[in-house]
Amino acid sequence: MAARVIVTTSGKGGVGKTTSTANIAAALAKFGKKVVAVDADVGLRNLDVIMGLENRVVYNFIDVIEKTCKLPAALVKDKRVPGLYLLPAAQTRTKDAVNPEQMVALCEELKPEFDFVLLDCPAGIEGGFKNAAAGADEALVVTTPEIPAVRDADRIIGMLESMGKSPIRLIINRLRPNMVQDGDMLAKDDILDVLSIDLIGVVPEDENVIRSTNNGEPMTLTLDSPAAHAYLNIAERLLGRDVPLMDLESYAARGFISKIKQFFTGGKHRR
Amino acid sequence: MDFLRKIFGGGNEGSGQKAKDRLRIVLIHDRTDISPQLLDNLRDEIVDVLTRYMEIDIKKIDIDLDRDENAVALVANIPVIRIKRGKSEIE
Repeated sequence: MAARVIVTTSGKGGVGKTTSTANIAAALAKFGKKVVAVDADVGLRNLDVIMGLENRVVYNFIDVIEKTCKLPAALVKDKRVPGLYLLPAAQTRTKDAVNPEQMVALCEELKPEFDFVLLDCPAGIEGGFKNAAAGADEALVVTTPEIPAVRDADRIIGMLESMGKSPIRLIINRLRPNMVQDGDMLAKDDILDVLSIDLIGVVPEDENVIRSTNNGEPMTLTLDSPAAHAYLNIAERLLGRDVPLMDLESYAARGFISKIKQFFTGGKHRR
Repeated sequence: MDFLRKIFGGGNEGSGQKAKDRLRIVLIHDRTDISPQLLDNLRDEIVDVLTRYMEIDIKKIDIDLDRDENAVALVANIPVIRIKRGKSEIE
């Protein structure tokens, strides 16, 4: 077994890197793969919380690098699905506690044990990004349909290309099909036109993301919701399966119909 | 009343188109942003190549990126003193 090492990155913060990493990792595990999600955001760790494993963190990957513990001791096994592991970041250290060479060595140590190593990268283009990207072969770039996020994604794509990562694929997160239909949001093709990289998935805006974060359960494990479907599709595409893009227009239409309903009934609606 | 606007085809163009236009221009500029150091290196290499073929007035060279809304061009103004009539031209 030699894992594919994939970094999830974005440049801009708050676009859904960690949520994407957690949900894709969980989805891959659900499809029977052995997966480790590595929190490469030293000092600002959050992947543990998103995955709902924060109470079980003992060691972190800095401990492994500094040989305070062996690798297996630092891995947190997710009990909800076989084959899913978390390698946490150190919370009380800074990004300087690790260098790119050490990240590469860590990934090499993980590779024989897993099918997938997913690296959750911190925001920014400085040391933390360079560390996380150093160990990866492939990249997933997360953006939202907003100018600042797409602009930062463009910057990051340029850097990933110059580092030789391939393939580099795009996740468009938090798209609101209703707003796109009304002409009030950048559409998928608008973003693809300017970024010119391959798309691996579009994740619609979905309140269930907040619920799943509140509950500490990756939604690909439990929920049947638009965003969960989108992440499951992304995981399948990572596995090389040809899965058509979700019909987001039908979600938009559903939203449109529910708006009419709301208009006539004055009722509160929930999707 | 988004849906009313949709049904009756409200006059205003959505903000999505504006975002698209602004994004395109921002990226044109971002992607052609060049550091003074890099521009100096470029100038030196251009001079290197040109002086193999012609004598130029190095003091009066002007090389810069010229930007407008929609495009960026590398504009070079290089006064030529004389072309070097070399061996390769005779062959």
